[in-house]
Amino acid sequence: MRAELELWVRAVIGRAYPRIVGATREKSWLFFDTVLPLLGTAAYVFVYRAIGAPEAYIGFVVVGGAMTAFWMNVLWSMSSQLYWEKESGNLGLYIAAPAPMMAILLGMAVGGLFYTSLRATAVILVGSLLFGVHYALGDFGLLLLTFFLTMAALYGMGMLFASLYLLWGREAWHISNLLQEPVYLLSGFYFPVRHLGFWVAVAASFIPLTLGLDAMRQLLFPVEPTLGFLSVPVEVGALAGLSVLFIVAARYALEYLERLAKREGRLTERRG
Amino acid sequence: MEEPLAIRTEKLTRIYKIREGKGRRKKKRELVALDRVNLEVQRGELFGLLGPNGAGKTTLIKILTTLLSPTSGRAWVDGLDVERDMREIRRRINMVSGGETSGYGLLTVQENLWMFAQFYGLDRWTARRRMDELLEMVGLVDRRHTKISDLSTGLRQKMNIVRGFLTDPRIIFLDEPTLGLDVGAARQVRSFIANWLKGRPDRTVLLTTHYMVEADELCDRVAIIDHGQVLACDAPARLKRSLGQEAIYHIRVSLLPSEATHGFRLIEGVRQFTPRFHDGHVHLDFILREDDVLTAVVDRISRSGARILSLEKREPTLEDVFIDMVGRGLTEEHPEE
Ligand SMILES: Nc1ncnc2c1ncn2[C@@H]1O[C@H](COP(=O)(O)OP(=O)(O)O)[C@@H](O)[C@H]1O
Ligand SMILES: [Mg+2]
Repeated sequence: MRAELELWVRAVIGRAYPRIVGATREKSWLFFDTVLPLLGTAAYVFVYRAIGAPEAYIGFVVVGGAMTAFWMNVLWSMSSQLYWEKESGNLGLYIAAPAPMMAILLGMAVGGLFYTSLRATAVILVGSLLFGVHYALGDFGLLLLTFFLTMAALYGMGMLFASLYLLWGREAWHISNLLQEPVYLLSGFYFPVRHLGFWVAVAASFIPLTLGLDAMRQLLFPVEPTLGFLSVPVEVGALAGLSVLFIVAARYALEYLERLAKREGRLTERRG
Repeated sequence: MEEPLAIRTEKLTRIYKIREGKGRRKKKRELVALDRVNLEVQRGELFGLLGPNGAGKTTLIKILTTLLSPTSGRAWVDGLDVERDMREIRRRINMVSGGETSGYGLLTVQENLWMFAQFYGLDRWTARRRMDELLEMVGLVDRRHTKISDLSTGLRQKMNIVRGFLTDPRIIFLDEPTLGLDVGAARQVRSFIANWLKGRPDRTVLLTTHYMVEADELCDRVAIIDHGQVLACDAPARLKRSLGQEAIYHIRVSLLPSEATHGFRLIEGVRQFTPRFHDGHVHLDFILREDDVLTAVVDRISRSGARILSLEKREPTLEDVFIDMVGRGLTEEHPEE
């Protein structure tokens, strides 16, 4: 039992490591990955200022801009991870290793999360200074919990997508493309999701970022409580539910994928 | 209790379903990659699978390493069923393939090896100790801090080899481990494998190759495989001896009219004949029933107008054994590819 747990932890750390090292070795990426989201954010800031939106919207936009980094990471990197591992010849070795694939996949998520956190932090810092955002943080513990659960649900979804993308191969690219823009709109990166109307907001809540963003904003800018969609405790509860849902689904998808691929001979690239 | 065999297969069969053609014209075809293969590999053996491209070697390795399901038949690794006891098998084995591109280019040799060791739960000290020993053995010590994207093919493959042996597997699968390596690097890899086994009599190696020298030099026993079927299985020396009285001649001639080559098979006593073009000459390999047949062969060459540049009687090789059985060489293009 202890040995099992140790193997799990080692596998997570082992796979997270390359992403973490990658972040520090290729520093040029950090620059581009910070500047580009900031540009998008700045555009919204200027629009909101021009139309005289409440000042709290500026903070919304900056926090939203930072969180897009996580969405991009899940959509473009995490989801296609297993596909790339197969292309580069790692997948077979990962599957044939005694460590559970879930641990290795979690390691990818942790690595991506770390790497993206650097970018998100940079966006928040630079954006807040540039546009003079005022935070009125009340409950830091709850904010941390909300962030953690949002990430668990988001990366859980990424882990689920990773298995599905491997099944679908190249077609998955189109899905990523298809998902990117609507999600910007639906999850309320740049405005409160409440404006979408109740039922659309409920549907959008299956994207973990929607509720996470909404709850974090309520915690960071409590001066405008009317902008929130649901109350924070309800949103935190829902996020916890989503995390469990996605992670369990990812586990079964992975198991199914392995069995199917073994039967069809698609687990490894054909060479020679 | 009796120690189980390292590897055993029973009527192991794998059929691939292939979709051919494009669009609406898609047709499904079945390809038998392994055809009722029975194999028994003893513990401590260095066992070779020798066969041309497409013979089914990689397919067999994938099944034994739990990456592919058999279509029918069964297989056991270290006494464990490949379909039922996957988790336990995975703890005990490892594998390396030729031309492998595993790992991350941004990481150094040492970091990549460490990462893979984590997936086997190796603690830092064990990993470190084995890494030192293995890097030394393959001559990669001074490259341990090189990013693997900067390694040459040969060095990269040596790192892959270290990765496979790092977990001290009870059974290791090597799928054409010297594929694409230059002569020197290939020799180093071969001698590493032999050396590693020397101090570890209870470890087993299953190696596939289409280089007959590799099978001959390295392996205790060799199974010759073609079109998914095991044609023969024995020690290399005994396989070669099975050619018996037959005489093997290598004749180099100057330009031979291509229609002339057809006639050789018709000569009474010519068991197999393979022509090859190399270095501007025609190389003819004959397996003759007995030495006396040579006269008729030489006679036919001179009547065709070609000039004999050299003639040599050879000891039989494993390739001759293969040619004798299937009528073509190991490295010739596979007719279906
Ligand atoms: N995933 C696959 N799908 C369909 N056919 C395959 C697949 N893998 C291998 N084959 C076919 O099965 C046969 C055996 O292949 P393989 O086991 O790779 O042979 P070898 O390793 O001896 O070259 C070949 O004809 C090959 O084209
Ligand atoms: Mg092969």
